Amino acid sequence: MENANSCPSLKPNEYKSGTKPVWCPGCGDYSVLLSITKAMSELNLEPENVALVSGIGCSSRLPAYLNVYGFHAVHGRALPVATGLKVSRPDLTVLAAGGDGDGFSIGGNHFMHACRRNVDMTYIVMDNQVYGMTKGQASPTTDPDWDKSKLTPDGTKINPYYPLVIALASGANFIARASSTDPNGAAKVLVDAIRHPGFSFVHMLSPCVTFRPEQKEWKKMVRPAPVEPTTDAAVAAKRLMTDDNFFLGTLYKGNRPAYQPELKSTVEHLSELEQGFIL
Amino acid sequence: MNDSASNPLAPPQSKGAPRSLSIAMLGSGGSGVMTAGQQLLDAAGQAGWYGMMTRSSGPQIRGGEAAALLRLSPQPVETHKGRFDILLAIDWLNADRFVGEITLDSNSVVIGDVGGQVPEAISAMGGRYMELPLSELAKGISGGRPNMVALGALAQLIGLPLEALEKGLTKSLAKKGEAAIAASMAGVRAGIEQASAIPDIPPFRIDANSQRERWSITGNEAAGLGAIRGGIRFVAAYPITPGTEVLEWLAPNLKKVGGVLVQAEDELASINQLIGGSFGGTPSLTATSGPGLALMIESIGLAVASETPVVIVDVMRGGPSTGIPTKSEQSDLNIALYGLHGDAPHIVVAPMSIGDCLFTTQWATHLAETLQTAAIVLSDQSLGQTRALIDRPADIAFVSGGRKITRQAEDFRRYVVNESGVSPMSIPGTPGCQYTADGLEHSPTGTPSSRAEDHIQQLNKRKRKLDRFDYGSHWAKVEGEGDIAVLTWGSSTGPVSEAIDMLAAEGRKVRLVSMRLLLPAQPERLAAALAGVTRTLVVEQCHGAQFYHYLRAHYDLPGELRSMAIPGPLMIRPDDVYSELKAWEHP
Repeated sequence: MENANSCPSLKPNEYKSGTKPVWCPGCGDYSVLLSITKAMSELNLEPENVALVSGIGCSSRLPAYLNVYGFHAVHGRALPVATGLKVSRPDLTVLAAGGDGDGFSIGGNHFMHACRRNVDMTYIVMDNQVYGMTKGQASPTTDPDWDKSKLTPDGTKINPYYPLVIALASGANFIARASSTDPNGAAKVLVDAIRHPGFSFVHMLSPCVTFRPEQKEWKKMVRPAPVEPTTDAAVAAKRLMTDDNFFLGTLYKGNRPAYQPELKSTVEHLSELEQGFIL
Repeated sequence: MNDSASNPLAPPQSKGAPRSLSIAMLGSGGSGVMTAGQQLLDAAGQAGWYGMMTRSSGPQIRGGEAAALLRLSPQPVETHKGRFDILLAIDWLNADRFVGEITLDSNSVVIGDVGGQVPEAISAMGGRYMELPLSELAKGISGGRPNMVALGALAQLIGLPLEALEKGLTKSLAKKGEAAIAASMAGVRAGIEQASAIPDIPPFRIDANSQRERWSITGNEAAGLGAIRGGIRFVAAYPITPGTEVLEWLAPNLKKVGGVLVQAEDELASINQLIGGSFGGTPSLTATSGPGLALMIESIGLAVASETPVVIVDVMRGGPSTGIPTKSEQSDLNIALYGLHGDAPHIVVAPMSIGDCLFTTQWATHLAETLQTAAIVLSDQSLGQTRALIDRPADIAFVSGGRKITRQAEDFRRYVVNESGVSPMSIPGTPGCQYTADGLEHSPTGTPSSRAEDHIQQLNKRKRKLDRFDYGSHWAKVEGEGDIAVLTWGSSTGPVSEAIDMLAAEGRKVRLVSMRLLLPAQPERLAAALAGVTRTLVVEQCHGAQFYHYLRAHYDLPGELRSMAIPGPLMIRPDDVYSELKAWEHP
């Protein structure tokens, strides 16, 4: 590593906690875990200065498998937990992670406002277009004609949600797509995302081999986006609106300053706050 | 000196309540009654009096009808009386809306503008009616307004010195400039002169100790200050009536102490932002009201399970659902005590006066931090939005036993099972002590676990830490003797306390127990407080008698028990409690 100030860099494996994941054999999330550890190693992050916050779902189990500080919160609320942490502790590297149901359905409002608020953090959504932990229901990114769920036996009949478009419209400062089928490429995108100031959104394709076995084909469909990252939101909008969901790489890099109020006391003694009450 | 025989405006002296004057100012929106009421309160404070002022208005955002309800006294007052000594209306538009809140009798004085039409519902209550040319006098002054004329008249009637008014007006109108101050003072002088013609009302005697530093503060502001004194440095906020002012006071003041307030997108976000802030080692708080608390409940359970300290101030309003947002009720007790799913021991405390909002919020912060759990503070609209003149609350410092660690520790286990039940909590940035906080049940290291042994150990630990803690004398206010007791909590303490004073003046002893700590329940302490009691009246502002049922569930109560459970929006008055106790003595 170029960074001479910090301790010798850890190997990717040294960022793992050793706890055995609950994921199914072949799940894309194993590879995402690997990419995250590669990115942390590449950035030479000290595990005690990193916090990873998640919600509920298969992919949200991730924090327990790393030896950084972790918070496995309730369903849909990873982003507000991460926001409170980062705003009050700007010295930490804060990551948030979860699935498509967690992030775009129950946590949809927080996603929009986290993009808009632009706190310096990286949000990794492992999208497999299904609720896996509850045994296979349609999520906001599921195609309308997917009829394998008992809950929606005729398919959802409603169009999927386009998270990258929503992210751009809501003000995310960095938008990228990566795939668990390409862990080195994904690690590179994560390094970029963590380095970029403000709210970075990484749409991580991560197949569910149990409830969406057809997603095994994704590895043949993904390909690097044939374009450089743009800083122009209008260009990005066109790019993301016409995207087929399989272009990988950093697609948009904004230059909005991150939201971070200054934490600096201007009073000597708390009694100064009482002046307004004294008659 | 006050002499009720010769002075029709003097409050009855026979009962042991604080000697006081109750004044209601009415007017339509924009008439300036709130401003005039505030000035009157400030001036009373400048003159060394105590007092309180409640704003009552319709649901309109601007305009509509408004009332400033004041009570002034040489002694501290913590509740309104139902009866008013003086009712002054700048105009009578929609004034009959306040009939339920304001009672008059033949000793009351009713003042209106010349040519005004007193509504039948008000004149029917009695009282001496007199007219003052409020608008006419205001018209004669450049920039003059009837509310300032009314302010002068009231000040003259109750014997407030002109200097006190001038001091208050100069301070509050400083930003508006000399001309505004001059116009207001001219109005005040005109009012004083006009009211001089009215038979004199002797002023209060000011006690020797009354020149102590006096604060003008609302319960919501007091809760904000208590939070900062308790160490809160992160607040996530979502506006809701009547809790918003806690947050609005905190926004600029947190900044001054190096803290931060974030406006969240909803209450689901605000509670979870607190959990994030607290996980990072920063004491964190939010304020809300019933609907917001309902939204936060799931994540309050997360704070309990993950042992992350958070403080939630619930400024209660009439419920259920949207209910009556601008009026008080003590009906969120059940959700605060029992709303969490699973077995989730946590702290519920309640301030018993406006000034006590400071202490109780500070204490709640100390308890949450020390015991690594969620603390809910049940304030309410009547405490939160009433402004009171109080003595400066004492500085109290709690020694935290929070066991937060910031240096590497040997064999760190975040949820280690120990005797106190409070485990070491490492703060991110501490090397070698990384762990994952989890709402999933977990082993002592924090690893998710569904094993029966881990579940029972962690359940026991989370309960034990609250049960074993010594809450000291702060758990309740216990006063007086006698075999009759009144058991109450929160804002009902003020009227109960005054009713007991009224009975004491008649030579009847009644014991007061007001519980500040509601969860965990303190059965042994309450049993000791009620030793020898044969009759207990339970007083609360709640239709469902939630406090009464809570007591029945958690405590062995001696003797006969009676419930006085009255819903909002009208406040319980000292006279109501007095009558109830008298009726029980002499059926």
